[in-house]
Amino acid sequence: MLELYGKRFTSRMLLGTAGYSSPDILRQAVEASSAEIVTVSLRRESARARTGQGFWSLIEELGCRVLPNTAGCHTAKEAIATAQMARELFGTNWIKLEVIANDDTLQPDLFGLVEAATVLTAEGFDVLPYTTEDLSAAERLVAAGCSVLMPWASPIGSARGLINKTALQSMRAYFPDTPLIIDAGIGTPSHASEAMEMGYDAVLLNTAVAKAGDPVKMAEAFAKAVEAGRLAFEAGLIEPRDMASPSTPVAGTPFFKIDHAS
Amino acid sequence: MSAPLSIAIRGAGVVGLWQALTLARRGHRVTLTERSTERLADACSPYAGAMLAPRCEEESAEPIVREFGERGIALWKASYPGIVAKGSLVVAPPRDRALLDRFARMTQGAERLDSEALAALEPELGPRFGTALYYPGEAHLNPNAALTFLFEEIEKAGVVLQLDTSEAPQGADLVIDCRGLAAKDALPTLRGVRGERVVVRAPEITINRPVRLLHPRFPLYLVPWGDGLFMLGATVIESEDAGPATLRSALELLSAAYALDPAFGEAEILALGAGVRPAFPDNRPRIIPSRGYIYVNGLYRHGFLLAPVLAELVADYVDTGAVDPEVFVADPAQR
Repeated sequence: MLELYGKRFTSRMLLGTAGYSSPDILRQAVEASSAEIVTVSLRRESARARTGQGFWSLIEELGCRVLPNTAGCHTAKEAIATAQMARELFGTNWIKLEVIANDDTLQPDLFGLVEAATVLTAEGFDVLPYTTEDLSAAERLVAAGCSVLMPWASPIGSARGLINKTALQSMRAYFPDTPLIIDAGIGTPSHASEAMEMGYDAVLLNTAVAKAGDPVKMAEAFAKAVEAGRLAFEAGLIEPRDMASPSTPVAGTPFFKIDHAS
Repeated sequence: MSAPLSIAIRGAGVVGLWQALTLARRGHRVTLTERSTERLADACSPYAGAMLAPRCEEESAEPIVREFGERGIALWKASYPGIVAKGSLVVAPPRDRALLDRFARMTQGAERLDSEALAALEPELGPRFGTALYYPGEAHLNPNAALTFLFEEIEKAGVVLQLDTSEAPQGADLVIDCRGLAAKDALPTLRGVRGERVVVRAPEITINRPVRLLHPRFPLYLVPWGDGLFMLGATVIESEDAGPATLRSALELLSAAYALDPAFGEAEILALGAGVRPAFPDNRPRIIPSRGYIYVNGLYRHGFLLAPVLAELVADYVDTGAVDPEVFVADPAQR
């Protein structure tokens, strides 16, 4: 079971709710993915007068745990204000914390992230920070009170998959007991499998499903890939070798051949 | 047809206007009521892009939008001389070409243009974008001119227009409710989706047909309204706030326009505003008939494209009882 901030989940796939052609397609995709946690981004202007209620009601009807995010916030201050609104609106202490350094690359601002995480955990939030594979930043986030870390695989929406596998493996090894969720950059089900085979606890994705030709079918494909990757991790993968290694016993077969042609 | 009926239509936006016109032309006695004291004061129709782009829309819309949309263009052409049928274009910045491939994959009937072919259609865009998708069958219009035309036509067709009227009409044989988001009182699954748009004047820019600029976060479309006017739109925000455009949305739209053609830097901003589109959870339009009362709603981003088609379908239902299962919803739980 996946355990995040004392809550247990069967599914190891978290799904974002942005960019679907309709709330109805989103609902079907969530059902096909078996996701138990969905992320929702909050625009502060719609929070103030609750003018986004029509959409949020549909999200709440999905029956999943809602993980609000602070997408699009560029400073710790903005992210903190958004998190506070989200708590009031969705009645949850959970927050996916995003502080964006640069509109073009959507790279996390690690300094702002640590600053906001420190304030929010002090205010009683359970913070799930969107970060990079940088270990020093990860340590600061843990010190700030984050019990879950969400490193990127590659930039948001890029669909490039795990572009720095060595660093992600180091991170996994460095934080053996902290739930680690790959957030951002997953483009294909095989990327998701790869992350799970590496021992990551879960995968969070959005664009790869929302913008697929058939989002509902793709959600199902990802659910299967995440499950396969997790099973493989639990089963224990064999080590790669440089030489062929026969799976059939070789006893009784000649170990060298005579070349009759010469 | 059946004997002429006395029909009251609620809501004088593009849906109610087309509904009134279609039924009046078929010989029914039509009254059109509207809650606002001035024409279009509370309607989202004036904020529409009014692109008639059934194929482009299929990138994110259900196939029904394309199927009905083709008929929508034909109905506009048959009635409205102001329609401009020059097709439409889709372009992407060089590093976002992948979005262009996706757009082509999700839609039908695109012609892939190279730089030369694009320049032949739109000289200002050819060198800048190098390639484009062209949808030759599409059209566009200026929504304000088209709405003015519809008001004139319903008057000619004998429709009685009553402004400043909120209550449901009494005594009509049939009421057709085209109130958009205001019908939420009776249609609880209806939600509003905010769209912001900018109107600019840039007489030195010549762009002849709607252009969509793809971007992962700041998509833009531009509709030439003629006389040097361009409409830049439109955000799609899950919000029912009809208040003024935000600075962020304005920045997004204006900088995307600048990226499309830097000459927009010199344009004058004439209007910045927002409307709220009515939508059901599947973003599909619905006709919901019950005894003596019919709701026509949920046209979402496709009000101008689909209004004439739904008006015909309702008129067919009134005259012959014909029901198109694609849009007629009888189940009250689906409201």
